[in-house]
Parts: sequence; structure tokens; C-alpha cells
Amino acid sequence: MKIRNGFLRSTQAAVVAALLLTSVAASAQRDPAYAAARAAGQVGEKVDGYLGVVGNQGPEIRRLVDDINIKRKAIYFQKAQEQKVTPDEYAFSTGCINMSNVAAGEKYQAPDGSWQTRGAGPAMKHSNCP
Amino acid sequence: MMHQELTGCASLATVPAMTGYHKGTRRSGWRGYAAAVLVGGVMALSGCVSVAAPDKPIVIELNINIKQEVVYRLAQDAQKTVAENGDVF
Repeated sequence: MKIRNGFLRSTQAAVVAALLLTSVAASAQRDPAYAAARAAGQVGEKVDGYLGVVGNQGPEIRRLVDDINIKRKAIYFQKAQEQKVTPDEYAFSTGCINMSNVAAGEKYQAPDGSWQTRGAGPAMKHSNCP
Repeated sequence: MMHQELTGCASLATVPAMTGYHKGTRRSGWRGYAAAVLVGGVMALSGCVSVAAPDKPIVIELNINIKQEVVYRLAQDAQKTVAENGDVF
């Protein structure tokens, strides 16, 4: 009985550890180049749900942004079909979520279309956002 | 009496044709002009529209043709999508 309890406890611990690991992994899956570009303010989150190039950047950054946006677009189209909305509607809704995920020091597009750096406060959201 | 009071500060007494002092002379020089200015001034005072500046700053936003109700309905699903696709968000 003692052995069995110990076995159960260790399996539970393993399951908890695995869950913790996956949740951490899900939030930190960004490609190092993408993460670096975000931190450097070369790219920023746009109101429409896509990533934007901030200012004049080299071809590597532009390619990186295009690559991510193509992947995002594919996701938006698929999810929009599931939810029976337009891809733009789904993309904009996700854009609202993205604004909450902008870290301090990262760039984002303000509701007026200008690029802003997130400071201590939250990023400004469009008035149509929840 | 009532009539006099109403127009007292305006122009009734200064209109030559109605005062009776200048029968036949019809002087419509500066007196008429002054009366017009007076009437105009009174009208401008009473008919002015006050415009107050808004206390909130005027915010210009991107024109987004997406209804708020749709965004609110999708919020939860969008949150899930972002969490599931951590590599591109």
C-alpha cells in the first residue's frame, strides 16, 4: 500500500510538472529572431491583428514579419470559418488580445495608427475592443 | 407703457419717422445708422450661441468597420487561439 501511494504521488507530480512545462512552453515558443525583433522595437503589434514593421528595417525583418503574418492569416481564416465571421473580424478581435500581450518596451500601434512603446501602463486599445 | 418698456433700450425713440420731431425733414443720416447699430447690438446679444470646448481630448481613431458585439463574442476564442499559437503571436 505504501509503495502504491508513493507511485501514485510520483505520477501526480510528473503530471503536474508536465502541465507546468507545456504551459511555459506555450507562452515561450517564439523564434529567437522574432523575440529579439520585438524586444528591439523593430516590429510591433497592429490594431488589425497583424504584425507590423516599425520604421525602416532591413529585408530580414520584413521577411520575418511577412512570414509571421502569413501564418497568422491562415489561422485567422480557419478560425473565422469556424466562428462564422469574416477573417478581418477575427483578426481584429485577436488584435485586441495581442495588445494585452505587448510587454513593456515593445512597440504597438495606437488606436490613432501611430507607433507607441508600451510603458508602465497597459497598451492603448481601440475603442471597439472589449 | 408696456410697448415702451420692451423697446426702450432698442431704437423706438431714435427712429425719426416715429418720434415726430422731424416732420418732413426725414433725416436718415447718422441717427438711422446709430439706431441700426443699436438694434444689431441688442440682437447679437440676445441671439448669441455659447459654445464650450469639450473637457475630454478629441481622439482620432482608425476607421474600423467591425462591430463591437462581434469582437466581444470572439474575445474568448481569440484568447485561446493566441495561447495555442505562441510561436506566431
